[in-house]
Amino acid sequence: MDPGAALVILAVVCAVAWIVSAPLRAGGEQVSSERDDRVAELRARRDAKYREIRDAQLDLDTGKLSEEDHRGLDRQLRREAADILRELDEAES
Amino acid sequence: MHPSRKRRIRLIVALGAATILAVALVYTSVSASNETVQPSQLAKADPADTYQLTGKVADGSLRERSGGADFRVRDRDGAASVPVSYSGAIPDPFREGREVIITVRKQGATYVGERDSLITKCPSKFTEDSTQKS
Amino acid sequence: MATVGRALLILALLAAAYGIVASIYGAVRGRPEWVASGRRAVYAVAALATGAFAILEIAFLRSDFSFQTVWAHSSTTTPTFYKGAAAWSSQEGSLLLWLWLLSLWSSLVLFLTRRQLRRVAPYATAVLLGFAAFFSALLVFKVSPFHTLAMVPAEGKGLNPLLRHPSMMIHPPMLYSGYTLFAIPFAFAIGALIAGQVGAADWIRSTRRFALAAWFFLGIGVMLGARWSYAELGWGGYWAWDPVENASLLPWLTGTAFLHSIMIQEKRGMLKIWNVSLVLATGILAIMGTFLVRSGILDSIHAFGASTLGLPFVMLIGVLIVGSIGLVVYRREALRSENKLDSMLSREAIFLGNNLVLVGLAFVVFWGTFWPLIAEALTGTRRALGPPWFDRYTVPLALVLVLLSGIGPIIAWRRATKANARRNFLVPTALALGLGVVLAAFGAASRPLALLMFVVGGFVVFSVGQEFWRGVGARRAMTNENPAAALLSLVARNRRRYGGYLVHVGMAVLFIGVAASTAFRDARDVQMNPGETARVGDYEFRYVNATSRAQFTNAGNLEKISLGAVVEVRKDGKKVTTLRPDRGFYPSTDDSLGPIGRYLAGEATSEIGLKAGMRKDLWVAMTPNIRAYEPTIEEGNRVFTALQGKVPAEETGAAIGLALRNRIIEPYRNDPPPATFRYIVSPLVTWIWLGALIVFGGGLVAMWPGPDAARRRARARAAARVAEDLGRTQARSTA
Repeated sequence: MDPGAALVILAVVCAVAWIVSAPLRAGGEQVSSERDDRVAELRARRDAKYREIRDAQLDLDTGKLSEEDHRGLDRQLRREAADILRELDEAES
Repeated sequence: MHPSRKRRIRLIVALGAATILAVALVYTSVSASNETVQPSQLAKADPADTYQLTGKVADGSLRERSGGADFRVRDRDGAASVPVSYSGAIPDPFREGREVIITVRKQGATYVGERDSLITKCPSKFTEDSTQKS
Repeated sequence: MATVGRALLILALLAAAYGIVASIYGAVRGRPEWVASGRRAVYAVAALATGAFAILEIAFLRSDFSFQTVWAHSSTTTPTFYKGAAAWSSQEGSLLLWLWLLSLWSSLVLFLTRRQLRRVAPYATAVLLGFAAFFSALLVFKVSPFHTLAMVPAEGKGLNPLLRHPSMMIHPPMLYSGYTLFAIPFAFAIGALIAGQVGAADWIRSTRRFALAAWFFLGIGVMLGARWSYAELGWGGYWAWDPVENASLLPWLTGTAFLHSIMIQEKRGMLKIWNVSLVLATGILAIMGTFLVRSGILDSIHAFGASTLGLPFVMLIGVLIVGSIGLVVYRREALRSENKLDSMLSREAIFLGNNLVLVGLAFVVFWGTFWPLIAEALTGTRRALGPPWFDRYTVPLALVLVLLSGIGPIIAWRRATKANARRNFLVPTALALGLGVVLAAFGAASRPLALLMFVVGGFVVFSVGQEFWRGVGARRAMTNENPAAALLSLVARNRRRYGGYLVHVGMAVLFIGVAASTAFRDARDVQMNPGETARVGDYEFRYVNATSRAQFTNAGNLEKISLGAVVEVRKDGKKVTTLRPDRGFYPSTDDSLGPIGRYLAGEATSEIGLKAGMRKDLWVAMTPNIRAYEPTIEEGNRVFTALQGKVPAEETGAAIGLALRNRIIEPYRNDPPPATFRYIVSPLVTWIWLGALIVFGGGLVAMWPGPDAARRRARARAAARVAEDLGRTQARSTA
């Protein structure tokens, strides 16, 4: 093998080993917490629920829902959103 | 009607439709498909049946004519060959020595190719032996 | 450099193997530093694959023929663009491209989710690295792109001329992007199942973007293939239900189903088992698609020879299937639906219908594609199905699919009241039926299925149009913007919805194009002499005269002989256009064909004479009769073979060029033997490509990340209202 190639390969091996082992050497990674997962999950659910509320509003505006139907649906969705927000508050505190 | 009963009915209808489709699929695939054969297997061919013939175009056998071509198809690894008379589009990569797929039916001493059914396999690029000549 | 390349691939394999172990160890033992190390292994594989790919590309661009693959697939005379693209026209190059793309997307998704999905990500990392390890292992042990030749040849074999078309070169990267992007949702689904986090909203959100991107690229790849087939090959069609075409369509069908049903899971917590199964099936089908092209197990125009990679791929697919089913069964409790379907008259029910049709389509295509193998396994004889069988089932299913895509946008979630449904359906249905009557009056009734597709496609356009109309109206009522601004802001604020609507419109346009161009095409194959005219449909095609041309490389070598025709097209006596189809003959390197013969017996490509239009396409392909020159060619072969060795090569070369010119090229132009022409007049073919563009435009709109400010504003507004409720209920509870 030509020496130039060997040098390049050696350098790459070192670089890869250094990059990959960095977290092991540095330490200090936070322990994966249930809480963080739960918060992320609730936030995602909250965003999805907000989107549902907006979609329902758009459905009303474009005539797919009657005022009456929308009122009932909106109330239900907002209730569900409030539940999620409450859980989120508890999880974040 | 009770909602769960409604749901059960829906489920039955859906499953029923799926079953019917599946049965139709299987049944017609048996009847509508053609047996895939190589030239050496065509000897036992039923003259009334259509077959999907696969093999290589025998060297020196190609005779182009108006609207099509006559050629012989031989076994991929072997010498047994059959004459084919084909009318229709001739694919760009078609030439002697190439692998082809064609739907044929026996007519007298020759096999008549179904119109436009001639497919020529792209010359092997994905083979181990890249020193193969094209 | 080849040595470095090989070393990089070995390192990639080692890094992938390490990453798998590190990720799983870190997940099982709760050691986040090991998980982080595993993630970095993905970055490392991406960097290594990039390096290896770069080395290969540079070798191609420099025409470094010490690389065996460069020699086999390129030449100094290949144009630069195709030199670069030739890298993936080979088995080894295409596998390296796959690995590179997989590692890039994997790095991207793991970087974006590095602080989320902490329990799922490590397993997803392991799965993605598993794929990377598989492909690296193939590249290291079975087909290496870095084989070198002991004696460096001066010239390469050149790129197959059939591939010298821009869409053919972009087609594989698009397809592979699609396949590799589908590996991401697959990996995260496996991860979610292992970690017991199925159905998490976070998981949905993270993988949806990648599923959408995969759907986008795969769709482009499929359409590029269809376009190439139509515009470059001499048969005039765009889809042949060929096994490899089908294999690329399958994950796209299930992926489309997933993109719809995941919305139901997001809203109602339903269909969890269904969704996870769809994602897993899509990933497996993507691997199958990659495998089918290079396996040779099915007779196909694309099956590039039987390769030795069949067994490893089959084993991989087996592992994926067994593992997937096992995991779904293991987690079936967690996958139970939270809700049930409220009403058949709801968007959920339509989505469900859409899913059933798409999966039905996928099943039909799958069955038809693999039937030869199934039949062989069951009965011992291999049997094959042709396009008529596929059409029989896919046409009605496609009709239902398009119809559903028109109903979906105008029906409400959860439950639509009958009165409301009536109000929304009245106008689009009436317009669609009216359209049907008008078209029938114009003669479309002769093809009832096509007419039905026009009506149903029209229904989609009208229903989506109604949605846009009402949406713009609602927006203007709020903000008093002018219509154009209202439209823009409406779409910008509701990208997913309106992007999706655009996709539906695009698909409707596409299917209308397919129906029209199939049902109402006029085609004729005819042999003609110069001066003769053929009548096809309403048009007259006159073979004016023959053309012939020799193309030389910069070095003075004959690269291509083109024999063609000038065809004048007239309608009602008025000239419409002039088309110039021809057939190009590339010399073969096979000396056994003779010094003259090899110039006309090598690869041949067709140049299609095409006039595309919004209403009709005029398509011409011609095949010159070179059999008539056989005696001349044989004579030339004899003469020049006798001269070999007696005369220096350059003189022979010049003499051969002169002989070809005087005995074949010139005579063809002046007095050609009758040539065979294929004429096709078909309506609305352009609508297919136009529809595809609209589909991908819609996809882009749906995928586009909203500007943060707008998203925050929208969220804040909703939050404010909800907070109101919270305040109210809290006050009530404390009172």
